[in-house]
Amino acid sequence: MNEITSTRHNHLIDPSLQIWNWEIPVYLFLGGMVAGMMLIAGYFLFKGRENEENCSCFYLPYISFVLLSLGMLALFLDLEHKLYVWRLYTTFEISSAMSWGSWILVLVYPMLIVNILLKPPAAVVEKFPILNKPKEYFFSNPMRIKSFGVLTMFFGAGIGLYTGVLLSSLGARPLWSSSILWMLFLVSGLSGAAAFVHVIAKNVYERELLAKADNAFLIIELFVIALFIVGLKTATEVQASAADLLLTGDYAASFWVFVIGLGIVIPFIIQILAVNHKIKHTPIAPLMVILGGLVLRFVIVSAGQFSHWFRTY
Amino acid sequence: MARYGMVIDTLKCVGCQDCVIACEAENSVPEGFCRDWITTEAKGTFPTIQMEIRTERCNHCTDAPCVSACPTGASHYHDIGGVVLVNHDECIGCKACIASCPYDARFVHPEGYVDKCTFCIHRVEKGQDPACVSVCPTYCMTFGDFDDPGSEVNKLLNSRRYHSLLPEAGTKPNIYYLT
Repeated sequence: MNEITSTRHNHLIDPSLQIWNWEIPVYLFLGGMVAGMMLIAGYFLFKGRENEENCSCFYLPYISFVLLSLGMLALFLDLEHKLYVWRLYTTFEISSAMSWGSWILVLVYPMLIVNILLKPPAAVVEKFPILNKPKEYFFSNPMRIKSFGVLTMFFGAGIGLYTGVLLSSLGARPLWSSSILWMLFLVSGLSGAAAFVHVIAKNVYERELLAKADNAFLIIELFVIALFIVGLKTATEVQASAADLLLTGDYAASFWVFVIGLGIVIPFIIQILAVNHKIKHTPIAPLMVILGGLVLRFVIVSAGQFSHWFRTY
Repeated sequence: MARYGMVIDTLKCVGCQDCVIACEAENSVPEGFCRDWITTEAKGTFPTIQMEIRTERCNHCTDAPCVSACPTGASHYHDIGGVVLVNHDECIGCKACIASCPYDARFVHPEGYVDKCTFCIHRVEKGQDPACVSVCPTYCMTFGDFDDPGSEVNKLLNSRRYHSLLPEAGTKPNIYYLT
């Protein structure tokens, strides 16, 4: 027996940590989606698809801009000392993942704006012809647009990676103490973004390509989740116990049903049938993938806060 | 360079909570919160049971993860004794420090910034002991400088068996418990 009794009674700390509610999972989810969209848009630019009139690389930056802003709003709402938010940008703390993230986000916005200016709205260009300059500059040389595509992918990967590193850098929570969490969030973001573009893409080639790509991402995601669990189960006792929170504990129902079942396995089966022309493409499967990605963030953030060095379950 | 810390004799601590009350009064800790608290740990199986009563607070770690996690530099090591403090005017309340602390020693003050034990640095700067140490009726707490080989805290560690909390977390805590 090892029984610990404490007189501590701090709000949001006891009996278990509950400092982050819906805002952080939503922010991580939207950040992952934006990362995935930037990777996809950058890839299409790299592949020289900018000459296609309805290439998704032209409208994904708009959607990314809106989603990222919503994510930043969620992050802002989570702050307890909101009026001091500007303090983030008076310093750069090299050891703080959150400081890295806040500066990466500052760099991503101009990147998205340049992406938007690759095909600015005609009405706006009529009024401000100068806005056509970036388009003329990049389109005058195929290497420039390719390089810009690579840069867009680089920043997209940066955000996706950061959303995972943010949690895994907080080593006090055994569930997050995994060096593979960034990969899980990056692949999940890619799979969610691919599912989203699959639904909204106007170009048939892109729709087919992203349905196939999404299937690959879902398989990789399943593999990374397995590695994440194996990594925890073969680590310290508290980490193995934290993994049990997902496998058999309080979070098992949401993890198995919504993340694995409805979020990965069933949409994968539906999309495999659709890609092989056994059934028609349906927005149901991509929607399930996107919601599965959202639930994944909620489960990881919530269960991670519940996991603790002092406790096993 | 001083390294301030505490040595707490668990054989003397009776869990009276005088330290908790003194801290709340000295630091105007808001109602419903505490910067220090009493933990009772029972181990073993009857009849071979061992019980330890101890007063706990921020461990003012030498490798404090809260300082590393802070995106604004609000959490920092004080020039005097490496005490870990939070600059209220720089804290944005992101709570990364709370999530990174394996001891759960921090909390969000109702005014929005993150709060925790300061080792009563305002008293220490005047040469006084922290409030909790000064009121302890059993004299179970000793405050001092671990970098001074002749300090009382080092003498206690050299003469008794001791442990720290969660040494496996790798934070190098500066509070030791005599057993």
